[in-house]
Amino acid sequence: MVTETAPEEAMDAANGNSGLISISGLSLYYGSFQALRGIGIDMAGRAITALIGPSGCGKSTFLRCLNRMNDLIPGVRVEGRITLDGVDILDPAIDVVELRKRVGMVFQQPNPFPKSIFDNVAYGPRIHGVTNRAELEDIVEESLVRAALWTEVKDDLRKSAMTLSGGQQQRLCIARVLAVKPEVVLMDEPCSALDPISTLRIEELMQTLKNDYTIVIVTHNMQQAARVSDFTGFFLTGELIEFDQSTVIFTRPKDKRTEDYVTGRFG
Amino acid sequence: MREGIVTTHLQREIENLKKKILSMSAEVEESLRNAVDSLVKRDADLAQAVIDGDTRLDHTEVEIEEDCLKILALHQPVAIDLRYVVAILKINGDLERIGDEAVNIAERAAYLTTHPPIDLPLDFKGMVTAAQSMVSRSIDALVNLDTAIARQVRVSDDEVDDMNQHMYTLLQDYMMANPDRVAESVHLLSTSRHLERIADQATNIAEDVIYMVEGEIVRHQPEDFSK
Repeated sequence: MVTETAPEEAMDAANGNSGLISISGLSLYYGSFQALRGIGIDMAGRAITALIGPSGCGKSTFLRCLNRMNDLIPGVRVEGRITLDGVDILDPAIDVVELRKRVGMVFQQPNPFPKSIFDNVAYGPRIHGVTNRAELEDIVEESLVRAALWTEVKDDLRKSAMTLSGGQQQRLCIARVLAVKPEVVLMDEPCSALDPISTLRIEELMQTLKNDYTIVIVTHNMQQAARVSDFTGFFLTGELIEFDQSTVIFTRPKDKRTEDYVTGRFG
Repeated sequence: MREGIVTTHLQREIENLKKKILSMSAEVEESLRNAVDSLVKRDADLAQAVIDGDTRLDHTEVEIEEDCLKILALHQPVAIDLRYVVAILKINGDLERIGDEAVNIAERAAYLTTHPPIDLPLDFKGMVTAAQSMVSRSIDALVNLDTAIARQVRVSDDEVDDMNQHMYTLLQDYMMANPDRVAESVHLLSTSRHLERIADQATNIAEDVIYMVEGEIVRHQPEDFSK
């Protein structure tokens, strides 16, 4: 059933005042090519926002703006404003390492380090200065529990992460992100390399994680966006065409282009 | 964006579904027309034909429902496609009910032809015409996805309700005055009730067309004349 709440009201309801990402007039250029065109969007804290759209529409570029990953690409120019809990994260004075601790990212291909399970999860906290063994053990356990991997690996934390299955590796990567206690978790097609059962586990995991984190997910799987997200944004050629509650986007989108895309008429 | 439009397997399935529901609509309209004719013209053979024809409608209803379930399970449609399939699923049931009500009318007709006609100052034909027109307009709304017609149908429902109420009062008085003709009067009253139910089903169809096109569920809300 579609609820009759306006997106703004639903956003307010979803917001616990924390992890709110507010974006206005965001444009991004790769050299002379404009990849994002004046994006304005408020993303609720403690909720899952899905970004959908055809390949090359700018959704991944947009996602990478949220933790300044695009800074690493030469020739990129960004205009506009992105605030996380009111703080402008595009400000050159921002400590990008600190930002990426607050805004973690999970990628399409699970990318564990060729180290033990324990060392993978402990990696972030160690970099951020945690040296106490007992404290590290607590963080590793808590992160693995939150990532729904603990029961499968708790007896073998010294085992190489590379011996885990793809689905387990992806949950390990999520645990690694959670270990540094982020507010926001960005996911760039986190399930596209996984089998359906592992996909389902990640989706279930996202539902528990959203109680504590703001989650933004880019997905090519529209059924996944419909299943897991509270809000959905549809991107097309660098523009945000429509942003609303997912129930609205998938039952009665307002823009014809959104309707054509979600119903597969356009491709 | 037109050049990017693709016809998918799902769209073809939905096209087939559309053909089937339209063909069923035509059969239901014919069945209702024959039922009403059998009553008005006191034609027992025509009444029997309506009763016999209902089995085919029942089969079509099941077939359309299975098609809808198949599409939902295999294609998991969203947006307009989802609304279309869900609306068809419901309209399918409404059409089948109209078919059943036509049979009920035909059964009353079969009984009433064996008894002398009741002479009452009732605009029975007016009620028949109003209910029939609601059915055809709701089907027109479905065929043309026309929400303006669908909204008119919703308004007409109140008129048929009033006619039924009037019929009830007249027949109640008639029965008190003519206790020997209670049996026929009850049959005639039932007919009026069946027509009123048909008008309700037509209203449901119209409301499902509005949902299909606009994504808004208007059931249980009074018609807003400002639209």
